[in-house]
Amino acid sequence: MSQNIPVVENILNANDRLAEENRARLDAASLFSINIIASPGAGKTSLIEQTLSRLNGKLRVATVDGDIATTLDSDRAAAAGAQASIQINTGGDCHLDAVMLRGALDRLELKQFDLLIVENVGNLICPANFKLGTHKTVLIASIPEGDDKPYKYPGAYCGVDALIINKIDLLPYVPFRMGYFQRGVQALNPSVATFPLSCRTGEGIEAWVGWLIQHVKCT
Amino acid sequence: MHELPVTQSILKIALHHAEKASAKKVLALNIVMGELSSMVDDSIQFYWDIIAKDTIAENAVLRFRRVPAELQCLSCAETYHPLDSELICPKCGNIGARIIAGDEILLESIDVE
Repeated sequence: MSQNIPVVENILNANDRLAEENRARLDAASLFSINIIASPGAGKTSLIEQTLSRLNGKLRVATVDGDIATTLDSDRAAAAGAQASIQINTGGDCHLDAVMLRGALDRLELKQFDLLIVENVGNLICPANFKLGTHKTVLIASIPEGDDKPYKYPGAYCGVDALIINKIDLLPYVPFRMGYFQRGVQALNPSVATFPLSCRTGEGIEAWVGWLIQHVKCT
Repeated sequence: MHELPVTQSILKIALHHAEKASAKKVLALNIVMGELSSMVDDSIQFYWDIIAKDTIAENAVLRFRRVPAELQCLSCAETYHPLDSELICPKCGNIGARIIAGDEILLESIDVE
């Protein structure tokens, strides 16, 4: 005799619950945290390096780097001045999830830091689905990727709090319609804070760092 | 690739509810996947066949119901399916909308015996 049992449960509930626990731990330590998502090569690690060099002496920063393999990125963060840098090798998983971040938080003395920067695995699809519990999500787009990305990855663009448009020094050399790109962002995320910048020339970085410092102070 | 943790979660939720109902076997799962959820049915089925093996949900049929994306214009509250690549409201022509359907990933119900 077969029977239908109603469930109606969000399949990512377990992850969402753990993300809430992570958030509570971060809040208890007054540690402001961001989750950086982007395609591979958009400039996640470069942005972290540039950010760390400007925060040196001002804020105590810990980084958590998610990658399929290697410690290349956490090594770069440590060299750039992160007080602690933890590498998570996902062993093939294309995103970080709340369990992985919990493991990283276990390894940090959370109260000793003012800012936690989580660098997600380079990917625009699943990091948008798996919440980590960080306070803000930051997406890095870059000029060579093309101006159609907000239209192609609405799930990633609609849920972020800040948007960095990196590699603006390449605008003279690459066909990129800034108006078209911005309209796509506006369509699904009208209140996102946007920072056009270049990690190579340093142009625009100050405004981004100012946004970060302001949020750390409010935490 | 990201379907693996999602499939593991589906199995866990299904087994939990089946055990609560003292079911002997899970026959089918009714899954709701929004058009914007970036999940591939075939991929979930592939992982399911591997991870559900040797559980009471082995060989259960996965039924997927796709929910179309639906946007609501922030200016005039018109709801529309985003056909236009520029996401312009078909009624007032403005840009700016919130997603009201199409991003869900739910296990709606299970059939057991």
